[in-house]
Amino acid sequence: MIKHLLSAGDLSREDATQILDTAEEMLSIAKRPIKKLPTLRGLTVVNLFFEDSTRTRISFEAAAKRLSADVINFSAKGSSASKGEGLKDTALTLEAMGADAVVVRHHASGAPHRLAEAGWTRGVVVNAGDGTHEHPTQALLDAFTMRRHLGDLDGRRITIVGDVLHSRVARSNALLLHTLGAKVTLVAPPTLLPVGVEQWPVDTSYDLDASLEGADAVMMLRVQRERMNASFFPSAREYSRRYGMDAARMGRLADHAVVMHPGPMNRGMEISADVADSDRSVIVEQVTNGVAVRMAVLYLLLSGRQDHTEESA
Amino acid sequence: MSTYVIRRASVLGEQVADLLLEDGRITAVGTDLDAPEGATEVDAEGLVALPGLVDLHTHLREPGREDAETVLSGTRAAARGGFTCVHAMANTEPVADTAGVVEQVWRLGREHGYCDVQPVGAVTVGLAGERLAELGAMADSAARVRVFSDDGKCVWDPVLMRRALEYVKAFDGVVAQHAQEPRLTVDAQMNEGPLSGELGLAGWPAVAEEAIVARDVLLAEHVGSRLHVCHLSTRGSVELVRWAKSRGIDVTAEVTPHHLLLTDDLVRSYDPIFKVNPPLRSADDVAAVREGLADGTIDIVATDHAPHPMEDKDCEWGAAAFGMIGLETALSIVQQTMVDTGALTWARVAEVLSANPARIGRVAEHGRPLAAGEPAHVVLYDPAARRVVEPRDTASLSRNTPYAGRELPGRVVATFLHGRPTVLGGTLVEEAHA
Repeated sequence: MIKHLLSAGDLSREDATQILDTAEEMLSIAKRPIKKLPTLRGLTVVNLFFEDSTRTRISFEAAAKRLSADVINFSAKGSSASKGEGLKDTALTLEAMGADAVVVRHHASGAPHRLAEAGWTRGVVVNAGDGTHEHPTQALLDAFTMRRHLGDLDGRRITIVGDVLHSRVARSNALLLHTLGAKVTLVAPPTLLPVGVEQWPVDTSYDLDASLEGADAVMMLRVQRERMNASFFPSAREYSRRYGMDAARMGRLADHAVVMHPGPMNRGMEISADVADSDRSVIVEQVTNGVAVRMAVLYLLLSGRQDHTEESA
Repeated sequence: MSTYVIRRASVLGEQVADLLLEDGRITAVGTDLDAPEGATEVDAEGLVALPGLVDLHTHLREPGREDAETVLSGTRAAARGGFTCVHAMANTEPVADTAGVVEQVWRLGREHGYCDVQPVGAVTVGLAGERLAELGAMADSAARVRVFSDDGKCVWDPVLMRRALEYVKAFDGVVAQHAQEPRLTVDAQMNEGPLSGELGLAGWPAVAEEAIVARDVLLAEHVGSRLHVCHLSTRGSVELVRWAKSRGIDVTAEVTPHHLLLTDDLVRSYDPIFKVNPPLRSADDVAAVREGLADGTIDIVATDHAPHPMEDKDCEWGAAAFGMIGLETALSIVQQTMVDTGALTWARVAEVLSANPARIGRVAEHGRPLAAGEPAHVVLYDPAARRVVEPRDTASLSRNTPYAGRELPGRVVATFLHGRPTVLGGTLVEEAHA
């Protein structure tokens, strides 16, 4: 198993499968009356959030607590004026307090890499979303959710729709799903696909309607309405018409296909309310699975570290 | 006054000769020169003698950011790199947009005596890109400014750029453009390409440089002015400058040592030591700028020495400052990328690192041949030496070298400025000032 979880691309198929299998066990714990394991007792997990994300933070917090770890929530949200201040000093502080794992969310792409590699902390670093780079635990929970509905993902066709350019979710999903053998198609207006996307292990399309047929899962990405101010698309309405998931489009999906969204949703923008609330939608389930997957990640990274410590002691 | 006899130097890497330096001039070049009484002998066996190097693009940070660099520390670093003249960029605090500021910087250089400092004047007041600074006052000042640049920012407004190009003709000045289309590079962090997409860092596309280069060579042609393109970094820019020169447009261009050697894949580490503007480009761009330098499309190598304090680099990529230091490694990088590969002779190195930048900057007393009667600005360089770059081993106040841990060829053994050594035996001469 890897030491830190920085990129979904760092996971081998074996590592990813082990995390997903472990998450299945963790999910079963959530159904017990007492949802707690003693596994990480005495270890400290710090949730270091430089950017607001209540849902990701509480998901990690619940995961760590169910494993009996001590949890410290450190909200260091920077204003634009103090942007970037303090990552190093914060890390040194947490190191001095004995953080065994640092779950970091940061507005700067690569911040978790710096944390892990600049020697500022010896703890395990888990990337909880960095800038427009990656969000590997989101990809793991998405894969976990798909696997529960579709079985083995090898050969499955997954369509990811929306603002790929700015989406850390899309990057991590493209990497992880490719590792797991799925065929990924990214669908977006040309303005929202990154330069060089043709070198990613995915297909791309500008045409959502042409990409629905044969899809086993369709993942809608959040699109900020403000993007139209930078001319990425002319208007929210036009975006919604061309790239939004509505009932008509959902009706053309195969019976077994699921609709996903990493949240938070812009209802009426990339996904219509009736789709979001439909039987096809597994969006709420994604949230539940998030806790199980994050338990698996913390467990595998930290228990590996404990073994290592004992061996070297 | 001091007298030095340099023995058995390989002049421009060609014939072996002695050089006699007296009273700030080269007074004789030949074999087995008779040394005047009291002359100091310098053994240069195996060393290449070059005219003192001239940098057209140096950030000395004084006034304003004396925590990063001062005129003293920057010129000491310059001397260690073989430079005898540096052009101090205008983006200080306050900006060098008045005669007062440029004269201050110029005087500091003279007082310290490690390297002649030729200030660059800002094109626009406060680098704001709105109205012309008093270019004539700077040109007429004691600093005799001839190079004008808003470096760090592009003179984006096409009318303002046109007027600047026209106006500086009155005193034979040149506008040195930082070619960066600002709207195409909002929040840009690295070269736009497959890697920027993968790393989730906002891209700085080649077209943002090339669009300005294309516009400016056409403007220079239209108004019959002299244009200099700073730190050219892309294949497309090389092709545009080549095309412009073929049309007879009076344009010159520079490339930095780091754009001759380093590529954007280093950004994969997210280590901001590699964050620079313009960004490190692709291997294909590196090949193109090397070709351009070899065939004369690119006229000079300029360091864009950009010191930053540790805290501006010891952070996450997005928060870090752009820039890297380079005065003390420039000649080694040029040797590695251009001389050792057979693309340039030492005589051509003397052109791109001394004669050409002096000519572009209209600095009459630098970039001269190593011949009797010329000013005694001389570098003695050992191309056979090897060294591993250690960031602490610098005269700069800053440590942001991208070459830490790399083995580089060559070592500056001695630098003579106005006939006096600023570096001797590979170390700085303390109290160098006359």
